[in-house]
Amino acid sequence: MPSALINVPKKARNGDIIEIKTLISHIMETGYRHTTSGQVVPRDIITSFACRFEGDEIFRADLFPATAANPFISFFTVATKSGKFDFEWIGDNGFSSTASATITVE
Amino acid sequence: MQGRPTSTRRRFLGLAGGTAVIGALPVAISVRPVEATPETMASAIRTVTGGANVQTGRVKLDIPPLVENGNTVPMTVTVTSPMTATDYVKSIHVFNEKNPQPNLGNFYLTPRAGRAQVSTRVRLADTQKIIAIAKLSDGSLWSATADVVVTLAACTEEVI
Repeated sequence: MPSALINVPKKARNGDIIEIKTLISHIMETGYRHTTSGQVVPRDIITSFACRFEGDEIFRADLFPATAANPFISFFTVATKSGKFDFEWIGDNGFSSTASATITVE
Repeated sequence: MQGRPTSTRRRFLGLAGGTAVIGALPVAISVRPVEATPETMASAIRTVTGGANVQTGRVKLDIPPLVENGNTVPMTVTVTSPMTATDYVKSIHVFNEKNPQPNLGNFYLTPRAGRAQVSTRVRLADTQKIIAIAKLSDGSLWSATADVVVTLAACTEEVI
């Protein structure tokens, strides 16, 4: 199971702009590297990331070989109500990983 | 009297250390993949803009001007926008000139973002120009560019 780290504030006031930070462990093999015998190391990257709040998509990103290993992405959202954030990473070779975090809005 | 030998010794140690560091670097830059060129970057930009006029401003691209290790380069893009339901940033696209392919990342936002800002870490294969383009809800396009000097390039090392 690939491990993801999510940083979402546990509590926020209604209307606060909060930062969400995500990190997932992944090699992000570019497909441009060669072994010493000259063979190309096949590409193995995460190609897309999405964040949903209570089912509504609030952020999405396309990733490329130019994304560093163990992709880190941070973005913002407005806290409007208590609920659950769902995170999803999809990549090459059928890679898929999910994570979630809850927030309490006062 | 004492100063001179010490400084020579220090210089010698400095040099020796420097050589050791160079020796420790991956030696192989033998097989360089095909580079993206400013032309492929321009065509990648066209697929996003559709040939529309891109204005300079409103976008802030934060990336270190001098990068020691191209394998992880922190990058933050901020766009000035009220982020309301009628006036917001739809997407942010970041391109490069000289990596094997021209995209660094595409980010899609909604008015619920509150602040149009994204951060990530990218790989840079060479000293080059980075360009960030923001697409706004009214269809206008804004951009910012940054020049980055990279000492140790990403992508080129061999795997053992």
